[in-house]
Amino acid sequence: MKLNGAELVIAMLQRHGISIVAGIPGGASLPLYDALGKSSVRHVLARHEQGAGFIAQGMARATGHAAVCLGTSGPGATNLLTAIADAKLDSIPIVAITAQVPRKMIGTDAFQEIDTYGLTLPITKHNFQVRSGAELAEVVPEAFRIAISGRPGPVAVDIPKDVLTEAVEIESLPEPARRDRPPSIGRDDLTRAADLINSAQRPMLLIGAGVIAAEASGDLIRLMEKASIPAAATLLGLGALPSEHPLFAGMVGMHAARYTNLLLEECDLLIGIGIRFDDRATGKAAEFCPRAQILHVDIDPSELGKIKNPSLGIMSDAGQFLRAILLMIARKSRLDWMRHLEMLRARYPLMMPGIADPLRPYGIIRYAAELLPRDAIVATDVGQHQMWVAQAYPFSSPRQFLTSGGLGTMGFGLPAAIGAALAMPDRTVVCFSGDGSLLMNIQELATAAEENVNVKIVLLNNERLGLVRQQQQLFYGERFCASEFRSRTDFVAIARGFNLDAVDLGRVEDPIAALSEALETPGPCLIHVPIDAEENVYPMVPPGGANRDMIGGEA
Amino acid sequence: MPTTSSVPEGAILRLIVRNHPGVMSHICGLFSRRSFNLDGIICVPLADAARSEMLLMVKDDARLAQLILQLQKLHDVIEVHPAPAMREAFDNLAGLLR
Repeated sequence: MKLNGAELVIAMLQRHGISIVAGIPGGASLPLYDALGKSSVRHVLARHEQGAGFIAQGMARATGHAAVCLGTSGPGATNLLTAIADAKLDSIPIVAITAQVPRKMIGTDAFQEIDTYGLTLPITKHNFQVRSGAELAEVVPEAFRIAISGRPGPVAVDIPKDVLTEAVEIESLPEPARRDRPPSIGRDDLTRAADLINSAQRPMLLIGAGVIAAEASGDLIRLMEKASIPAAATLLGLGALPSEHPLFAGMVGMHAARYTNLLLEECDLLIGIGIRFDDRATGKAAEFCPRAQILHVDIDPSELGKIKNPSLGIMSDAGQFLRAILLMIARKSRLDWMRHLEMLRARYPLMMPGIADPLRPYGIIRYAAELLPRDAIVATDVGQHQMWVAQAYPFSSPRQFLTSGGLGTMGFGLPAAIGAALAMPDRTVVCFSGDGSLLMNIQELATAAEENVNVKIVLLNNERLGLVRQQQQLFYGERFCASEFRSRTDFVAIARGFNLDAVDLGRVEDPIAALSEALETPGPCLIHVPIDAEENVYPMVPPGGANRDMIGGEA
Repeated sequence: MPTTSSVPEGAILRLIVRNHPGVMSHICGLFSRRSFNLDGIICVPLADAARSEMLLMVKDDARLAQLILQLQKLHDVIEVHPAPAMREAFDNLAGLLR
């Protein structure tokens, strides 16, 4: 078959199951768009490339499949960087395709030329610059294979314009990439792991994104129930277990419920699965789980021993490990430990002040959760609202909670929610955001309106950078520098200006009825919730402190 | 142990890497962004031209194991092995350059 480079790229995307891509066209990427326009692939026109990157992330996070974003050379590529870096930190499989100036102009400081290869190198799992039309047939499937294999991650593919227009003759399209088989686990390691678990008196699981990536929730629950092991989750592990499961012990770390951090303080074996001992989860790492031996299981061997030296580290896919170990561990009821869990949970629960008031943080989250379908997808931005949602939303399934964990990128929520809604058109998607975060990608309201996605933005507006303000209050002597937006922004008018429905819960008779109506009406909508600037997220472990030293949130 | 080496002490790693224009950036970038020490580097293309052999002189400290794991994760790095015997290559090169 004879086609040009751009047509080959689009045909290979289709072979990899890509039916939607997000991007913005530009000079160097016009050949790609010419091929795209002639194909059945749906292009979603973002209003900023960072939005396109997060739309791809939303699709990937909600489905587990690799998703694609497109940018042109120069600013198109630099604008994608934040979303690519975010995908790297959270191990999200996206393939970012950028156009580059023609090969003979590379290195001449041509119009919209930038070293995309150099810029994406430290923020991708791997990156390519394609140097010929023929190379495309190898690079594109390889990019997908790398993105989805092992620990997933972003891959960047930079393609010069003249490679996109080059005539390529190939016999047939290459086979689509498949995920590499995970490495097998040594028998000795499994025996040692089973011994550790069987002999522990107070074992705790700590589960992370690796459990969700491995689709291992069912295996996890079987292990927990057989051996009576409670499980706490990292921020990105939320949803791996239904939050109402009696052995679910909440989110760990800086904004954990008190009982969660106390349980980890007391456990004698920590079984970390698909986690990387992030500092927001561990607090001061040297004092994390001080009484525990550590059994660490991760698909990425460089995570084993990176932060905490485990008694036993096993390189394995989370599901593969859980299925193997389940056969080797003893059924146990661990009654003392179970009673202790219940006692701590009753004495040091998550406190949710204002839960009955829809105009307070926990209240709006609770009412939204009650009114939304149980399978609604929940995206957040970054800040106080993100932590309130992580603490209080009743997650029931993996891939339900989409949040920027590692990079902590404000501006993530709206485009990620759009991506999830595009990938899952039958689900309702709610995006909890703050005024600071929403402003960082507010242009994507236009994309939401254009695509008529079923995204409900619940905007908790305190006219502040709330988590910055909170830290200034607690740790910087209440010197509030640059954390207040002194000019008021009318978000309802802005949303309407973008052709979205909008409602201000602060200006209606019955906020719960207005919330209900907004959530039930199909299509995008902004729900404005004025929040008091004094609302803080508690408990809070001071940055750099040990998790046992929590501020606030006492019963 | 007395040493006659004229170059700093440290561990020597021997790498087989894919030979393309970006591979040196990938390896040097890893060292700078994870603040590992890199004291010396020698790179020679292998006979098949698709691969190169690389010798790295690195600090021999508690982070060496983590450094090797991170190097192994790079897509373009095919093999990594400690190669203390290859210290001579750095000695010889130092002699030539002086």
